[in-house]
Amino acid sequence: MKEISKIDVRGAGLHPWRQPDDQGWFGPYGGRFVPETLMPALAELEEAYRDARKDSAFQARLSHLLRTYVGRPTPITFAGRLSDHLGGARIYLKREDLAHSGAHKINNALGQALLAQRMGKQRIVAETGAGQHGVATATAAALLGIECVVYMGTVDVKRQRPNVFRMQLLGATVRPVDAGSKTLKDAINEAIRDWVTNVRGTYYLLGSALGPHPYPMMVRDFQSVIGREARRQMLDEVGQLPDTLIACVGGGSNAIGLFSAFVEDEDVRLIGVEAGGLGISTGQHAARFADPLRGRLGVLHGTKSYVLQTEDGQIALTHSIAAGLDYASVGPEHALLRDIGRAEYTYATDEEALVAFQMLSEFEGIIPALESAHAVAHAIKLAPQMPRDHIILVNLSGRGDKDLDTVVEALDGKAGGER
Amino acid sequence: MNPSGIERIKAVFERARAESRAAFMPYYVVGYPDLKSSVAVIQTLVEAGADLIEIGVPFSDPLADGPTNQLATQMALQNGISLADVLEAVARLRHQGIDTPMVLMGYYNPFFAYGVEALCRDAAAVGADGIIVPDLPPDVRDGQVLQEHCREQELAFVPLLAPTSTEKRIRLAAGSATGFIYLVSVTGVTGARNRLPADLASFVSRVRALTELPLAVGFGIARTEQAARVAKIADGVVVGSALVRLGMKEHPVTQIHALAAALVGSMRRANS
Repeated sequence: MKEISKIDVRGAGLHPWRQPDDQGWFGPYGGRFVPETLMPALAELEEAYRDARKDSAFQARLSHLLRTYVGRPTPITFAGRLSDHLGGARIYLKREDLAHSGAHKINNALGQALLAQRMGKQRIVAETGAGQHGVATATAAALLGIECVVYMGTVDVKRQRPNVFRMQLLGATVRPVDAGSKTLKDAINEAIRDWVTNVRGTYYLLGSALGPHPYPMMVRDFQSVIGREARRQMLDEVGQLPDTLIACVGGGSNAIGLFSAFVEDEDVRLIGVEAGGLGISTGQHAARFADPLRGRLGVLHGTKSYVLQTEDGQIALTHSIAAGLDYASVGPEHALLRDIGRAEYTYATDEEALVAFQMLSEFEGIIPALESAHAVAHAIKLAPQMPRDHIILVNLSGRGDKDLDTVVEALDGKAGGER
Repeated sequence: MNPSGIERIKAVFERARAESRAAFMPYYVVGYPDLKSSVAVIQTLVEAGADLIEIGVPFSDPLADGPTNQLATQMALQNGISLADVLEAVARLRHQGIDTPMVLMGYYNPFFAYGVEALCRDAAAVGADGIIVPDLPPDVRDGQVLQEHCREQELAFVPLLAPTSTEKRIRLAAGSATGFIYLVSVTGVTGARNRLPADLASFVSRVRALTELPLAVGFGIARTEQAARVAKIADGVVVGSALVRLGMKEHPVTQIHALAAALVGSMRRANS
């Protein structure tokens, strides 16, 4: 198979996406907005991470675990029946749902947990929305024998109960957070408060490409294994690069992990799908880029990016049927990719995600996470408009077992109990 | 020409030093539990002997605050209090003849949404004297912008230091501060605590060795004996949650006056 050469669009050394700069800025986005107590810890973390990145022994250990423990590489699956049904582009799936613990989250959790161990930290704290990052962190902590505390909003505890049990089985302590919107945002607040208090011995294992520098960079790097594998697999197994990539975007770690390997392939279209909730006009959504009224530049949880907020700069409450997308801000690198026109962002509503959830289950025998179902929903919209030789690659970031209660409840509500 | 915010704050610490005591610097949230009573509390704090007031600006996600201040700022937001309302409250207090320095303390996003230049201009216009932003370190790009606009308006830019701060960061804060430096006593969030951290004195002297600026210590100071101990090693003592939690009790103005007066008394005795 011939290797397709990468397109160097800006000439040597001028890639707008070789980001961030040494202060953690992705153009006007990113940075490090945290209480002073954490500034030395972030500097220490950045240094430890840069060392680890260069250390071949660390990288070899991570690769070994990704292969023998996580089960990587995850395959690419051709969604043939779905593609035939839609009658347009051919849809392929990058199967992160088959990674150990059920989602792409493990790639980052394992990488950071190894880093925590290398830094001599005895305790890990994490936040979780859908519970997938919490489960992945609890898994990595169990594997390495590190104490683990996971903060989770009480709304999410209720709607992702199986993941709460999973985390507890894995030996983690789950601390419910009953403040604010009782979802991911509030879980991050509490995790940061814990970290501020226990900063000397505790590692904060942030789960998305968000937060203060170096997290957006580090999480992207650990997730970039998705894109590197997918690019090679498409070339080896399908014989060409995909024409379009589609991934859901909450904080945006699965999307940035996939996009990062293709960002220089200018002919590959990159599409991120945000949570449209009940529709943009209702205000009940988490589509930071799609709501010109409330989605504005702001600072939340240590990073400057698009933030859903009121006119006075108070963080807006968000809604999505997918807990993992239910967040008011978005990773800073996505904001930059959008600005420079390299990636596009759209949204899928709760209802569209539910339809996609059922269609993928029925046509392919794959039950997707509700988060990933947002990406599938956009593929379902796009595919019929494209010719047969157009290839769409959807990042199937997680599996949907955790969502069965939510989906049954939503479908019951809609069908008046018929289903 | 009226003295600038920086000059007025400087005068506070000079006067306290001349009287061989530390400055008493209470924190209170505007709009909690409602706008009217929060203004009354600030007046009573002045009457009880406050040298400088830290005016809390509410934010939906106060990640450096413990439960007491979280609740207070949440109630203020429920009352619809915005940054513009806080500035108006400062203006009203000045109209009532209160000339005690007032420093705005709040998280960055509401300030950023208002516009940093507009904030500094309006803060100076209503008679505020300085700005503290706990989630905006002085070396972050936006922190530098805030410093510039504070300088233009002669407002005090007050950076924070923590027990984890390195020598490099102490020098950085000292180089950027005007007015005073805020020392966070503990690694942790705001809130009354039963005891002071064991390494507080060494933390203060570590900073003292690198700067002449007044040093105010806050976070976790709730009781008279704690305030007295801190008064011996610092130039200013900040008390927040211990006062804020009385805001929900019966007769809050009376109770807050009593605690503030007791704190002032214990701090004076400590250095006499």
